[in-house]
Formats: sequence, structure tokens, C-alpha cells
Amino acid sequence: MSSPAKQHVPRKATWAGQWWRHAILVPITVATLYPVLWVVKMALTPEESFALSANPFPTTVTFDNFATLLGDLLFWRQLLNSIIVSAITTVIGIALSTTAAYAFSRFEFPGRAAGMNGLLVTQMFPGVIMAIPLYILLDATGLLNSLMGLALCYATTAIPFCVWMMKGYFDTIPRDLEEAAVLDGASQWTIFTKIVLPLSRPAIAVTALFSFMTAWNEFILAATFMSKETAFTLPVALQAYVGDRSTDWDLFAAGAILVSIPVMALFFLLQKQLVEGLTAGSVKG
Amino acid sequence: MLRRFLPLLLLVALALPGCAEQDEGPTITLWHSYRGAERDALDAVVRAWDDEHPEVAVEVLAVPSKAYKSRLQSAIPRGNGPDLFIEAHELTGEWSGSKLLEPAALPADLAWSDFTGASVDALRFRDQVWGVPIAVKSLALYRNRALVPVAPTTFEELLETGRASAGVPLAYETGETFFHAPFLHTFGGRLLADDGQPTLDSPGVIASMEFVGRLTATGAVPAESDGATVSTLFNEGRAAYVISGPWFLGEIADDVAFEITPLPGLAETGEPLRPFLTVESLLRAAWSDADDALVTSLIGAIAGLDGSVARASQGRQVPALLAAREHPTVASDDVLRPFAVQADTAVPMPNRPEMSFVWEPSNRALRAVLRGAIEPEAAAERAQREVESFLRPRADAVSPTPYLAVLGLLLLMAAGWSVREARRKDVVRRARRSWRSYAYLGPAFIGMAAVVFIPFIVGAGVSLFAHRDGEFTFVGLRNFVRILTSDTYPLTDPMNFWFTLVVTVVWTAANVAAHVGIGLGLALLLRDPWMKLKGFYRVLLIVPWAVPNYITALIWKGMFNEQFGAINGVLGTLGVEPVAWFSQWATSFAANLCTNTWLGFPFMMVVTLGALQAIPRDLEEAAEVDGAGPWLRFRHVTLPLLKPALLPAVILGSVWTFNMFNVIYLVSAGDPDGGTEILISEAYKWAFTRQAQYGYASAYALLVFGILVLYTAATKKVTGGDVS
Repeated sequence: MSSPAKQHVPRKATWAGQWWRHAILVPITVATLYPVLWVVKMALTPEESFALSANPFPTTVTFDNFATLLGDLLFWRQLLNSIIVSAITTVIGIALSTTAAYAFSRFEFPGRAAGMNGLLVTQMFPGVIMAIPLYILLDATGLLNSLMGLALCYATTAIPFCVWMMKGYFDTIPRDLEEAAVLDGASQWTIFTKIVLPLSRPAIAVTALFSFMTAWNEFILAATFMSKETAFTLPVALQAYVGDRSTDWDLFAAGAILVSIPVMALFFLLQKQLVEGLTAGSVKG
Repeated sequence: MLRRFLPLLLLVALALPGCAEQDEGPTITLWHSYRGAERDALDAVVRAWDDEHPEVAVEVLAVPSKAYKSRLQSAIPRGNGPDLFIEAHELTGEWSGSKLLEPAALPADLAWSDFTGASVDALRFRDQVWGVPIAVKSLALYRNRALVPVAPTTFEELLETGRASAGVPLAYETGETFFHAPFLHTFGGRLLADDGQPTLDSPGVIASMEFVGRLTATGAVPAESDGATVSTLFNEGRAAYVISGPWFLGEIADDVAFEITPLPGLAETGEPLRPFLTVESLLRAAWSDADDALVTSLIGAIAGLDGSVARASQGRQVPALLAAREHPTVASDDVLRPFAVQADTAVPMPNRPEMSFVWEPSNRALRAVLRGAIEPEAAAERAQREVESFLRPRADAVSPTPYLAVLGLLLLMAAGWSVREARRKDVVRRARRSWRSYAYLGPAFIGMAAVVFIPFIVGAGVSLFAHRDGEFTFVGLRNFVRILTSDTYPLTDPMNFWFTLVVTVVWTAANVAAHVGIGLGLALLLRDPWMKLKGFYRVLLIVPWAVPNYITALIWKGMFNEQFGAINGVLGTLGVEPVAWFSQWATSFAANLCTNTWLGFPFMMVVTLGALQAIPRDLEEAAEVDGAGPWLRFRHVTLPLLKPALLPAVILGSVWTFNMFNVIYLVSAGDPDGGTEILISEAYKWAFTRQAQYGYASAYALLVFGILVLYTAATKKVTGGDVS
């Protein structure tokens, strides 16, 4: 944001001055995209003529797989479920993590260090031992089988990372504005909602993206908790193409692309915010 | 920002009531994990019955096979399970023992003698038939008719005609015991004795492994073949024969003329090649409260003549019902007929609970023999020892009283200590004054307490119990003792906890180093505002982050395929011989590492880019003016400034990598010999593939947790960084 204005165009800014950077970046980018091209190839190739090879470009192209998926009404229903779950997750995720992160960033209170450590520690809980207790808990509270229960699970899983990110960003916001607002008699809540949050757009965007992705890509909990096909989310539908002994690669890949498109689009739209939002901890608060 | 989400919230509020359970009279729930034609056929049969029975509604649910068993196991004991479900007969022993099943009854117009004898026997456990057979499945022989016009009468003839007509005489999934079974049985080998004792080191098992070892050594069968390799070889006309099941039909290209025949006999032993028989059956879940008469009537509709014929003609399922076998549409079918003949000679898969953990050691031994790493006899002995250690009697029950006393004492001490500390630091007054902080934190912490902490504490408590046959027994700390002493496994054995720990640490260190190295490098290349195509590179380089990792990990696995993988293709153009990636520890580990590096570097790159933006440029420029070279500037100016941002990212990255289950599970799957398994994937195996030893798995997971907590504390101490 604060690039010093240059008087002349430095040599570095020309193609000739930076060709070596591109010489490094191009092969890395190609290598990065190669596996993704394969997903595209699998989706566009009719399954029977699909063969393993080194060529990532399809030799025969068909859009049948996409037509099959999009032509199914259930697909649209499950897409709607995915959108609902991810939206609730995002809203809950932002609401809970911005408030918590604000407290960690701005207030001094007993248990602050323990709370921050507690957040980090949750990232170390191995999921393998929590699945069954979580099932029992949701069942007991009547949240089993509801999109709301699913979204609550996702949102709380995403919270620690989101709080960590948000706190890092809040720490970089200078406090002068808030101090001035206090002198003007503004309440803490007003300061938070009217000053701090609007200044934190990039970080909120990243938090939203992260919460959204958590909910958007998950399938084990969704396949275990929901009791109707019309209540499944898209990744569950996607996993239905994977069998015990064989997989419908073409439909699986086409589904994976459809599932990834919204996330890719968000990454594309939010890429500037992504870089700005993830400045966590770079300036000590 | 929040305001923009309001319309969405409204949508949510509108949609929610639609998701609530609606009670509309009696229902029967049926769960299955079929897909494609099998699923459509079942749906049609069930719908027809449902239309004739307006007094009850049938709810059919197809669950992805990956989540199917765990879903049944969580739901049935809580009374949320189905009334009926479809599963293979193998689990009847284990599931009837853990009280997940009720015996299913036949309708009046059907008798057990109406089904093939083998299919009913397969479902019998402890003198009780637990389910109603609806379809039988087994391997058979697929032959490319253009290459070999006439079916062989012996296996020797098969090899001969195959050799004469194609580069690869026979292809099958060599590393899987299920596909090895025909050879196992022709040499008289068995995996389990009738009493459930494992017999992995019996002469028949050893002889069969020697035999397939010779097959691969002479090039009759490619050694490392997974499903994708087998279908590619067959479709390209490079393999004359394939041994596979009915699911292979969907993989054959339209232009390949093929015929299915039962497997021939082996002249060497004079015995037929008999595959395993899997009986798909309707099982009655425990705690089902549906009307018995209606459920039985539905069973009759699915398993009876009309249902069986419909499922056979539409879903390509070989019926277990004798009358359906004789039905003209089935008897004249070129696919169903050979599979039906094969099913009659096949060996029903043992349904004893012990069977569930024979697979892992047996596959491991088979793969080691096929790649020539070990003699069949030694491999067999090792596999036998492994199964025996899975089967060892569970730890003795101990009295929980001393544990409760110690726990009580610890709690008291902790309470006393906190009260004293609280007094000393005047916490109560300070806490009361900072009520506002708690109000901000409250919602997040209540949510986390409910969804994260409580399940964790419950799950952690399970580590003090042993789970067998649906019952939990309190065993105190014995699970931990067993893990830490690793039974009798030497330090160099992948079954040893400490071995796996070292692998996990190396795995984490290598990954984090690669993530930071590449991420930092790319960020430095892309940071400058005058860099051309900066945004373009950024968008493309974060793509791995955006695609779900459970699909890209599978793609990577395919790229490491020995025969057709892209990696060997690229190496081939450089003149390097094809590498069998999953045959050696180092290459297999490298394959996992490569996959996870690809998945993880974008995060580090974005974090570093963000951090670099916040660093003032003047310091570096001052250093440049002072004549410091690029390396010195990076080392002494940029890096120290980045450290506070990178440190938390590195800690988080290590924690994530330490528990990166998906990559290990989907790419190397532990090969070779379970050596590339990490702690979390071992814990998963104890919970799900080694007969649901939840207590043991939970103890494993708790140890993982403890190690991570220690690691983080140590990192904080060493770097002196305030990680939060």
C-alpha cells in the first residue's frame, strides 16, 4: 500500500530487468496447474475412453458429464443446501470471531493468555476421536439432521483460525482513532462496529472466505449427520461417485470442478484482500 | 459487511423449516451405498412396493460408501439408524456381536432353501442367519476376444495364449488380497481357520505367494497394478485378460470386444481358481421400531423373484434367488450367467469378526513379496505375528476407583491452586471489571466449548477404556502403556509407535521447510509493485488451495503411477527408468511430500506476501544504499522483520501437517509395509480398520495431541515469541 513513489522507471521494472523472475515463475506455475488440468481432462473425457498418460489435455471432449450433473434436480437442491450451510457458517464465523478477536486484541483481562492458547490448542485436537461424541451431542440437542447444526459445527471448527487471523489484523490498526472516539463519548460497541470493523474489511473478507471454504468442502460430517438426500450438501453428492472398488472418475471430476468454481471465483475476487488480510502478527500490538 | 449478508440470512430463515423433520405416519427407512444402475434398479423395486402399500412410506437413502459404515455405527446405537440396510455379509459376525443387528425374517412365500446354499451359509453366524441375500458378487475372467477368441481351459493355457497375443498376458490388482484369493484357494490356503484363528503362515498361503511372485517376476502380470492401470491396459489392448468383478464392466471402452467366463483351473494343483464370494444382503438394524410385517413384506419385494429379476436385468446384479437364476432374462445373459456360475464355486468370505483385520497385514505381506523385498515364508510369518497382535486379548479390566480418587485429588488440588492464585492476583475483582471482554468472547467460547471441547473431553475419556464387541471396559492407562511399549515390535518396525513418531516428525519438518521455502521464495519474487503479471501469477499459484484436497490428492496418486503416471513420463523423456514410487520408503515418502507441498505452499506464500506488505521498505533501501547485497539484505533485514508473522504461521502449519491424514491415506496409503504411515493415520486405522478399537485409537490420538502441545510450548520458549 505504501510503495514509495519513484522518480524514474528502474531497470527492474522492465521485462529485460526481470526476465529471470519469470524464468523461475513460469515453470512453477505450470507445475502448479498441471494436476488441476488433469481434473479438467477427466471431467471432459468420456469415462470409457479415459486412459492414464502424461498428457494433461483431453483428446476427446464431451460435456455430457456436466450435463448429467446439472440436469439432475437434486443437484440444484444440494447446491442450495451447500449455499445455505456455507452462508450460515460464514455469518456465524464472522460474528463470533470478530468479537472474540477484538477482545483479545484490545482488552486486558484475566484468562486472556489462557484463551489464546486454548484457541491454538484446538487446532491440535485429532478429529478421529471427536466424531462419535459430536454425533451424540448433536443428537441429544436435536440438532442432528438440521443444516443449522451442521453449520454450527463448521463455524466453530473455523473459529480458532479466524480469530487468529482477525486478531493479527486488529493489532495492526492504530488505536488513535478509537482513543479519539472514546474522548467523544462513543461506547465500546460503537467503536467496534463503526470504526474497527469498517477498517478491517480485508481481514473480514479472508475470514469469510475461510469459513465459507470449511463448510463448502466438507463431506464426512454432512454425510453422517443428514438423514435425507435432499438435505445433503454438494461434496456428499460428489462422494457418491466414489465406490468401494471403482469410481466414476468422469462425474467425480466434473463435480469437483463445479464445486471448486465458486471458491476459485471468491479467491479471484478477494485476492487483494487475501494478501492484506493475512498480515497477522506482522506488526506487534 | 454484515449488512450484505442479511438477504442470505433471510433466505436461510425461509429454508430452515423445510429441513425440519416432519412426522407423517409410519415409515420404513432403507439405507444402502449403491450407485449408478444398481441404485436405479433398487429404487424402482422399492417404489413399486411403496405404491402398493399406501399405509407406509419408504424412505430410501444412498450414503457415499466412504461414510456408510461409520454412519451406521454412529446412528444405530442411538436409535437413529435405518430399519433395513444393505451390506456385504462379511460384517454380520462383528455387527451381530456389537448388537447392531437383529435377525431378518423371510416372508411366508420365501424359504431359505429358495436361495443358493452358499449365500445363506455366508450369512450364518452362531447358528443364526442374520440377513436375506439379494445378490452375489465375485471376481471372474474378462478376456479380450479380439486378442484371444476362445476361452482358456486352464490357467497355464491362459498365460500361454495371453503371452502369444499381448504384451501383458494378465492384469489384476496384484497388491490386494481380495484379488489374490483365487490363487490362495487353489493352493489350499486360508486366511482364517474355522475357529477364527488366523492362518496367514500356513503352507497354502506361502505357496500362493510364491506362485504370484513367479508370475510377476516372469512378466506374466505387472507387479504394481491398481484399478486405473488394469483398465487402461485392457482398454488399450495391451492386456489379454483381466481378473475383476462386475464393477469392471463400467470401465471397459465401447470398442473392446470382450467375454466374461469363470476363472479356469490351475493344472499345477489340479484345483480351480476360486475367488471370494460376497453376498449382498438386507440386514435388519437393531433398535428399529418399524412394523415387522411390513418390513418383511418389503424384504420379500426386494429379495423375491420379481425384485431379483428386475435388479438383475436393470442393475446387473447376480441374484442369490435360485428361481431368478433360471428366469430366461437372467439365464441367457452373457454377463450374469458367467458370474452366477463363478459365484457357485466361489469361497464365501469368512464372516467372523477377526476377518476385518486380516486384510492389512495380508496385503502388506503380498506387496512385499511382489516387489521382491522379502521371501514369502518370512513375509507370511510376519503377517501372522501382526494379526495375532491385533487379536491379542484386550487389556484386563481394572477397578476405576483408584483412578477416580486420583482424578478427584487432582481436581481438588487444581481448584485449590486456582482459588489461591485468583486471590493473590485479585482475579475476581479484575474479572468483574472486565465483564465487557467476556461478553465479546462469550459467544465464540460457548460455541467452541459445545462443539470442540466437550467432544474432545468425552473422546479423551474413551482412551481409558477398551472397546470390543460393542462393550467398553475400563482399563485405566493400559492402552497408553501398550502403545508406548509398542508390544513386541522392534524399533525398526512400522508397527512400533516410536518408528511412526520419527516418520511423523520427519514428515512435518520436511513439509514445513518446503512450504516456507517455496512460499517465501515466491512471495519475494512477487512482492514488488513493478513486477509484471504479478496478479496473474498470484491467482494461478493459489489454485491448489481452492480445489478440495480429497480430489487433488487422488490426482497426485495417479501421477505417481508406475506405468502411466505423468511423473515417470517426464522422467522418461530425461532418460530415467520408470520408478515404482510406492515400493520404496524414500520414494513413497517423497510422493507424499510432493503432494502435500503442492497443497500447502500457497498458504505460506499468501501469509508472506501479506507480511511483506506491512514491512517498511526504507530499511531495506537504506541497507542497499549502504552496499549490502541481496542476500545480506534478506538475511539481516527482511527475514528478522518477517519472523513475527511467519512464526505463528509455521506453528499452525506444523500442527496441520502433523495431522494431515488425507494425503497419507489417499496417496501412499502407508506403502511400503506401512512405513509411510503417520501417527494420525495409525490412530485412524485402530479406530476403523482394526475392529473398532476406539479406546486404543483414542489413546493414540491423545498422544498425538500431547506431542503437539509440547512442541508448541517448546517453540514458544525457544523463539521467545508471543505466538498469539
